[in-house]
Amino acid sequence: MAARDATDLRGTPVSPGIGYGPVVTLAAAVPVPAEGERHAGDAEAEIVRAAGALDATATTLEARGARAGETAAEVLSAQAMMARDPSLADDVAARVRSGTSAPRAVYDAFGMYRDLLAGAGGYLAARVADLDDVRDRTIAHLLGLPMPGVPEDVAEPFVLAARDLAPADTALLDPGTVLAFVTEQGGPTSHTAIIARSMGVPAVVGCPGAAGLVPGTNVLVNGGTGRVLADPGADEVERARAAERARIAAVTAVTGPGRTADGCAVPLLANVGGPKDVPMAVEHGAEGVGLYRTEFLFLDRADAPSEDEQVAAYAEVLNAFPGGKVVVRTLDAGADKPLAFLPPPDDEPNPALGVRGARMLERHPDVRDGQLRALARAAEGAAARLAVMAPMITDAAEGRRFVEACRTAGLTGDAGVMVEVPAAALRAGDLAAEVDFFSLGTNDLTQYACAADRELGALNAFQDPWRPAVLDLVALTAAGAGGKDCGVCGEAAADPALACVLVGLGVTTLSMSAPALPLVRLALSRHTYDQCVRAAAAARAATTPDAARAAARTELPELDEVGL
Amino acid sequence: MAQRTVTVAAEVGLHARPAALFVQAAAKSAGDVTVAKGDGEPVNAKSILAVLGLDVRHGQEITVTGDDEAVLDALVDLAGAAEPTGA
Repeated sequence: MAARDATDLRGTPVSPGIGYGPVVTLAAAVPVPAEGERHAGDAEAEIVRAAGALDATATTLEARGARAGETAAEVLSAQAMMARDPSLADDVAARVRSGTSAPRAVYDAFGMYRDLLAGAGGYLAARVADLDDVRDRTIAHLLGLPMPGVPEDVAEPFVLAARDLAPADTALLDPGTVLAFVTEQGGPTSHTAIIARSMGVPAVVGCPGAAGLVPGTNVLVNGGTGRVLADPGADEVERARAAERARIAAVTAVTGPGRTADGCAVPLLANVGGPKDVPMAVEHGAEGVGLYRTEFLFLDRADAPSEDEQVAAYAEVLNAFPGGKVVVRTLDAGADKPLAFLPPPDDEPNPALGVRGARMLERHPDVRDGQLRALARAAEGAAARLAVMAPMITDAAEGRRFVEACRTAGLTGDAGVMVEVPAAALRAGDLAAEVDFFSLGTNDLTQYACAADRELGALNAFQDPWRPAVLDLVALTAAGAGGKDCGVCGEAAADPALACVLVGLGVTTLSMSAPALPLVRLALSRHTYDQCVRAAAAARAATTPDAARAAARTELPELDEVGL
Repeated sequence: MAQRTVTVAAEVGLHARPAALFVQAAAKSAGDVTVAKGDGEPVNAKSILAVLGLDVRHGQEITVTGDDEAVLDALVDLAGAAEPTGA
């Protein structure tokens, strides 16, 4: 009998729940064929080989498109057309005739169009990733390698293990087929963590050894504790599932508005990226929306959307929360979300520190004012109260200009700002004199406080909202608000223990991905406001994120009781 | 050879779905069909990559050239329509 592979891995738990099933690993990147690589001599046979690989790639993409949802189908069918492009095929053939091997000829031919699209910027630059995917699939065909990305046509539900996951890897995943995510890299705000929470799938990230899990091995993933156990015994699986059932029972037993055990109200709101996210927010008992990201209206298009189009999209969300509050963030363009019609004024070597958010919209007042006017129209007669906030505000003067723009556009509700720049947190008192409320964006606040790009895997250790320095900035902001609303809409609010700490720091509302709402509601309901204050003080007294987490949990004893 | 000039009406320009429909319509011609933006170099209208590479925006003029007049008419209809239609 073969020895049992009893790998026992630990990582950062970022999305609770138990997942148990066979591992599927994300195939490694397709290698770049060597420059100048030659074929054996029979050019015509090599051309047939290349054409066959392009055709097979197109056929696969068409078949996947037929099964995918509308948005994904459009991308996939455009990719299939790229694989069937006659000019591309001619170019590949010409390169092969001059002696280049089929894989390298494919690489070079795609490269020419890649440069063309990347150089055009905006919408076309965003298509470069699609083009690269077609190229890599074709080369994988030619080299007999597994297709890059998530394997297709896996028959049974699986645990997806990878070094890291990119948005393109997860776009087509069916939540019904993924039991859990385990990644070697990534932190609580990584793409994997965010997508896992939004899908309600258990996930453990920053887990050394994850990429080395053997495909087909059954693993038990505990998204609450961070433990990943390969080949567990049946008793082990049953124990984990029993604990999970107890957790779900505890979670579902608590309903209604967010409040601490002693009745202190903490409105629990949802982060949404458009009307499509509203049903899940309602289902999880959101009392409103704390962050309505409006980028979806503006991405992948050549011009700004019309005011009428915007009014419809805003009104749809406002009407879903009668009597509640909906906080809309104005367009956060620039940095990692470039838009064709809002180009940065110059090359930006550090886009995260560049012209983005409110800085971008101040350069394009027509786009800003159009959005604010559309919001004012949507608010008329809406069932919910509309509040509007600007991203990337640094000082009081910027805050004042935003509020003035809101009033000029006819917005009568609250006008506030995101606090995500440390300078804004440090001088929150100045800002509070100008604006109606604050919303802390803890993801960016952490990135800027630690000077660590959140997209860089190598700097993941810095991207932890439990950092005492970040907690200090939250406390300063809440104190500076001087009685005005100070919410959190970053991923920090979705961590049940940290949510209690944030309340203890003076935060008044919490907004998060909808599936986290019941967990945070439960955590708050089991602790008094004083316990939250003590947990916050204990966390701030620590000197490392781990110590802060541990110190806070000793003041929040009920978390372990209910499996959070 | 016949030629037609038309102003692109779609909001997104000759990108995304309008570009895909345009290329599919051009592919129905047995002979060559080219498309040029303004006074620019003509490119193969059956090539999605070449058409995308032209980066034609809303309100810009394109000229299509080819032997099959029915196909040219179809291309003009597509490019001149504000909302893309058809499969």
